[in-house]
Amino acid sequence: MNIKDRSVIFLSIVKSSVIIPIAAAGILIATTSLAYWIYQRSFVPFHGHEAQSEVAPYIPAKTHEVHLHPSPETPSVSTDLKNFKGQTVELSCANCHSTKTPNRDLREGADLKDFHQDLTVAHGNLSCLSCHDSENYDNLHLADGTSIPFSDTKLLCAQCHGPQHRDYEHGSHGGMTGYWDLSRGPRVRNTCTVCHDPHAPAYPQVLPAPFGAREPAPEHH
Amino acid sequence: MSDSNPLKPGVSRRTAVKALGATLGAAAFAKAIAPLTDWAKDQSVDDFLQKHYKELDAEAKEKVFRRLEAETKEQYGADVTINDPQAIPGTKFGYALNLSICVGCRKCAEACHIENNHDRKSKNSYIRVLEMDKGSLDLENGRANYDGPVPKKNKFYMPVQCHQCDAPPCVDVCPVEATWKEPDGIVAIDYNWCIGCRYCEAACPYHARRFNWEKPQIPKEEITPVQGYLSNRLRPQGVMEKCTFCMHRTREGRMPACLEACPTGARVFGNLLDPSSEIRWVLENKRVFVLKEDVGTKPNFFYFFDE
Repeated sequence: MNIKDRSVIFLSIVKSSVIIPIAAAGILIATTSLAYWIYQRSFVPFHGHEAQSEVAPYIPAKTHEVHLHPSPETPSVSTDLKNFKGQTVELSCANCHSTKTPNRDLREGADLKDFHQDLTVAHGNLSCLSCHDSENYDNLHLADGTSIPFSDTKLLCAQCHGPQHRDYEHGSHGGMTGYWDLSRGPRVRNTCTVCHDPHAPAYPQVLPAPFGAREPAPEHH
Repeated sequence: MSDSNPLKPGVSRRTAVKALGATLGAAAFAKAIAPLTDWAKDQSVDDFLQKHYKELDAEAKEKVFRRLEAETKEQYGADVTINDPQAIPGTKFGYALNLSICVGCRKCAEACHIENNHDRKSKNSYIRVLEMDKGSLDLENGRANYDGPVPKKNKFYMPVQCHQCDAPPCVDVCPVEATWKEPDGIVAIDYNWCIGCRYCEAACPYHARRFNWEKPQIPKEEITPVQGYLSNRLRPQGVMEKCTFCMHRTREGRMPACLEACPTGARVFGNLLDPSSEIRWVLENKRVFVLKEDVGTKPNFFYFFDE
């Protein structure tokens, strides 16, 4: 037997007893790691995405205020008189009403003779004096007779519109601007009467802004 | 016989055909790679070599932001500042929308259009308001292009935008990882890494992603100057874009633009991890649902009705 024959025999022994198992193990490892890599990239995202539990929730301090905009004011009535500067003379409610006898049955502006004839009232079954205070027309009154200034209008509305008031107080009714994080800046909120005319409170119809109105791409069948 | 001598001077037919073939081949090759040379024209070397957003260190980011500001100045004539406010630790942004009081005025879509520097001509917006019949939730027949005074009788309105899903299919399908979940739950896009394959657009069950078919055109005085790298900066042509809950505003503590524009207060925004937040009150006290819950996307955008 010469050297060449020996080496052939040696190689064939190595092949059959060592190389095949090593190769098999190698292929197994490679396949497993490839499969794991694919699994990591394609399926883990569906199971993962758990909330970061280690970090404490961010609860901002309420260092800034929530303002009402605009702060409701005591109304006045414009007359057809002009002052020496040419400005329209405005009168407070009490100016006329202090000398007039209140009429509890009045519900419509059209029934009036002197003022407020153009006032449309579409607010349930309310009469003027359901909300306006006949003792002091520069004020409103609650259902129990308590006189309140116009700046507290929200309280008056809340008597009947409890759910809306509750939602408003929890930030889910009524427009607002500013900061969600009150530790960084203030927030400005609309009062009820910014959006709702107290005499006809249904939100009016509006024309939609022409943005984002493109339909999704039509389907091609 | 001497006529057919192959060694005679002149060009043989074989050589001529070879030369013709080579010429045609070279011409075809030049024509085929022509788009590549065109494409390279409006892209700077820095832009081409820019790394993925997550691989940028502070210094590299600074360079990129200043370069993009200079490009905006050059291309649009507008002075803008580009930044990337980071997620506030311990926040997970959530959004809820009250379908009972949404009137369909599309003021949110308008605010989005302006805030996010959308192309003016297309009137693009990340928000699509669907008009549907009351008593149904038939998205297939929801119309986004309704017109005339709203709200119409017997109709309700459902604004749809990115839901910032916890299992976002758009992120899973992206072949280049150009879109990902941020720590506060926002699904962000690196507009400079996106290759514009639109897989994510197809994967999103809410149709919330948009493609920049053209370079956005906006008069310089209308450009929102405070811009976020991952949010409202001007996007290049050929990349995807989407709602980011106005990351550049909300990470600074401000409300998203669409919420500020909503006249009825149908929108509630806040930190889902803060038990005292308005959004948590809504989730705990209202009849809340998510859109297409069955597809398993786990949205962070909720809808609710009043009782």
